[in-house]
Formats: sequence, structure tokens, C-alpha cells
Amino acid sequence: MSGTRVDVLVIGAGPAGLAAATAAAVRGCRVVVVDQAPRPGGQIWRHREGEPAPKRAMTAIDAATKAGATFAARTSVIDADGPGRLLIDVDGHVEELQTSALVLATGAVERLLPFPGWTLPGVVGVGGLQALVKAGLALAGTRVVLSGTGPLLLPVAATAARSGATLTVLEQQPFTRVTGFGLRAIASVPARLGELVAYRAAARSAAWHHDAWVLRAEGTERVERAVLRIGARELTVACDWLGAASGLVPRTDLARLLGCTLASEAIAVDARQATSIPGVWAAGECTGVKGDAAGSVEGMIAGACAAGDDAPSRKLARANASGHAFARRLATSFAPRDELRTRVTPDTIICRCEDVRAGALGDGWTTRQAKLWSRAGMGVCQGTVCGFAGTSRPPLGTPHLGAWAAQLASPTTSPSGGMHDS
Amino acid sequence: MTADCTIVVDGEPRRVPGGASLAAALLGLGVAAFRRDADGRPRAPVCGMGTCFECRVAVDGRSGVRACLVTVREGMQVATAT
Repeated sequence: MSGTRVDVLVIGAGPAGLAAATAAAVRGCRVVVVDQAPRPGGQIWRHREGEPAPKRAMTAIDAATKAGATFAARTSVIDADGPGRLLIDVDGHVEELQTSALVLATGAVERLLPFPGWTLPGVVGVGGLQALVKAGLALAGTRVVLSGTGPLLLPVAATAARSGATLTVLEQQPFTRVTGFGLRAIASVPARLGELVAYRAAARSAAWHHDAWVLRAEGTERVERAVLRIGARELTVACDWLGAASGLVPRTDLARLLGCTLASEAIAVDARQATSIPGVWAAGECTGVKGDAAGSVEGMIAGACAAGDDAPSRKLARANASGHAFARRLATSFAPRDELRTRVTPDTIICRCEDVRAGALGDGWTTRQAKLWSRAGMGVCQGTVCGFAGTSRPPLGTPHLGAWAAQLASPTTSPSGGMHDS
Repeated sequence: MTADCTIVVDGEPRRVPGGASLAAALLGLGVAAFRRDADGRPRAPVCGMGTCFECRVAVDGRSGVRACLVTVREGMQVATAT
């Protein structure tokens, strides 16, 4: 095992991580940015090998590189012995990295709520479909259903339509709520209007429904049909791909392993982007989903403070406050609909890794009991998908099949706390 | 755009788009079962970004590799659960 030592270690090479790396490196720190992906940019700036990165990504990557930050690709953090000593996996080789300061810029994952048929091949996330298309999957001539909520639906619909798919889009929230959010977002940042118009124009051929979501997926070896709930009616449509998710959730697995306090589902940070653990900073979607621009602001603050700055500049602090306000509006406007939990039947798989069905989860079990007795959340994804990612509070506290699903569906009551149960 | 390349999927040489992730390439070839669950039912990529672990295949003899995190390479040997 090597023992590479750096001043600032940044986890995640998306907008926030790159901004943090740049800010720390220009202050003279030795900075390494690790990311699982083969190329920097994170999910939002994902691009295929051999193709140029998006312009904003190029600017951010160039800035970090010029400042002297080093990028470690195909690198996953597999364990942490405190915030200063991390074990990483690089192409199957385990190494140790030591650092004086740690910046978590781990982004977000999709909120994937279970429903009958969700394990069929061809059922993917909404952002999942986007990621696969950006990675080279062709959709020309296919029928795609997107069932989701929030602003991410727009660019994904545009991507699918541009690549030649026949498209049905379902937004969980009613039209009035989505419109209200959109108008306010445009009023505060007028440039968003152009993006909105471009996405809607690209996806103009799509059948667009509000107050709608997928009830179940059907097929044998892969998805063949999706049964949809649109307003009060049910509709079955044939499809080749079903992208289904309920927005994004901050990715906090490493933060929880380190013992960082969470606020609702996100890593709690102060005005300097410091977490509750000394020497650990956090920036971007992992402190609350807010988009790339606001994430970059947090990254600049986190990187500067991790490098020794006492406080962010007044300008950055102001930008950060408006980013946080946007994050709050986003979370409340697009909270998952409660009705989604009623989709689950006893036969529905909850933990995809360990094949645990809803009927196998006992009434009133705590998370710890569920893990020990059913293995839910104990598989290779470590509860990232099913939400059994370790919690000190019982998510199975009420004698209802849907109790845990309610936990997963509601951001205000989602599992939080330490990764290890006590 | 990177030129197409040939990978070997379960013993069969197949042409795939160069620069693609292995997950996208296999889906493009119509592979449904990247892995199989305890009941033998097929599983395939969901998140496309390394968190769900549903796209695990063997690559050049190494098992449990997330196909979404790997870029295809000429001559890459891939074993799925098909």
C-alpha cells in the first residue's frame, strides 16, 4: 500500500469538486480530485471518450488543471479510517491516501422508488437513461416512457427526443405547481428561460402529462409495457425503455461513514461549507440538490476554506445564500407524491441486491432488524438504491407494508444518521 | 467521434461504438441479462453512473466490474450472465 499524502483531497469531479480543487490549488495546496468515472465532469458534464467536454466543463477542468490539481480517474473510495486516511480502489488495486483536509463533492443519486416490474431490464432511472445515452446508447426508433419529477425531466426528454425516440413524459406534480416553480426560477435567473425553451422545443413531439406516474412495468425478459396513472385514469403503453425516478437525493454514504451530521437528507454545512467533523468540508448536490451553478459556488467556498481561508467573500456568501434558497424551493416543489408507495405489493422486490421482497420485511422491524433478518440494504450497493443505508431510526416503525416506502418517499422523514446502527 | 471497435461478448466478437461505456455498448447489442438475480431473472443497468451495481459483468477475467464505469477497448473480453 502506498501512502500518498496531499493537503486537500476532493471526492468527486463534478462542478462543485472541480471548483473546490481550483480554489484550494490556487492557494498553494497540493490537491487531488478522485472520481469513479473515466473522465472528469461528474454526471451533469458527462461526455463520451473522444468527444469534447461541454464548454462549461472544459473551462472548469482547465482551471483546476492550470491551478495544479491532479485528477485521479476510475477511483472509488472504499473505506475511511477517519477523515485523514482513505482507502481507494484504482482499477482493482487498493491504495491509501492521506490528507489534511477532505472536501466531499459526492453529488446526488436518483431517488429510485420500488414498483412492480422495476427490476426488468429496460427499466432505468431518468438520469440513468440520460447517462447511458451520453455514454453511447442509441435510442433511435425506440419508444421511451419517462416517469419522474423536477427539472431533470426536461433535459432528459430533450436528449431522448433528439436521439430519435418516441416519447411519453410523466411529471408527478400538477401543472400549476410545476409552472409556479418554473416562473419563479426564471424570474430569479432569466437565463433559465432560454434553457427551458430549448429543452421544450427539442421535446415538442413528446406526449407530456402532469399529475402522472408509472404504476408498474410488465414484460418477461425485459420491459415491454408500462402501466401509467394519468390523473384519474390508467393507461397501458408499449415501451422499450422506461426511465423512472422521483428526483435526486444527496449522496451521503461517505459523509455518514465519517460521522458527519445530516440535515434531512443532505450533509449539514455551515457558511464556510464545513461539516460537523473537523477537517471535512462538503459542496454541491451532496449538501442539497441545487444545480451546477450553485454547486460551483459552494465548491469555491469549500476549497478556499479547506485551504485555510477564514470566511467566504461577501459576494460568494450572497451567491451561496440564493443557491440555498433555490435548493429549498426545489425540494418542496418536487417532493415525491405519497401515492407512489401504494404501488408496492408483497411480491415487489425492495432490495435489488439481495432480492428482498416487501412481503419478507416484518411489520415494525427496525432497520437493524431488517438488515439482520432479511439482508435488505446489506448487498453490494450498501442500501444506496433501496434506502436501507444505515439509520439509527426505525424506518419500519408502523405495522404497514408501505411504512418504509413512506420513509423513502418523504424527504423530511428519510433515513438519516450514522452508517452503523447502534 | 472515436471509431468503432470489436469486443468479445460471451465468446462472440461484436462491433460496438468506440468511446462508449461497456454498459451502453452491451445494451446497444441487445444484451438483457448483465447478471441474474437469485431467481435467475435478468438484471441490467439502472443508474448508469456506478451506484446501483446492476450492470456487473466480468471484464478480461475480472468479475464484478461495473460496465457503466468502463470504456470499451479493442479486444476487451466480456462475460455476461446471458
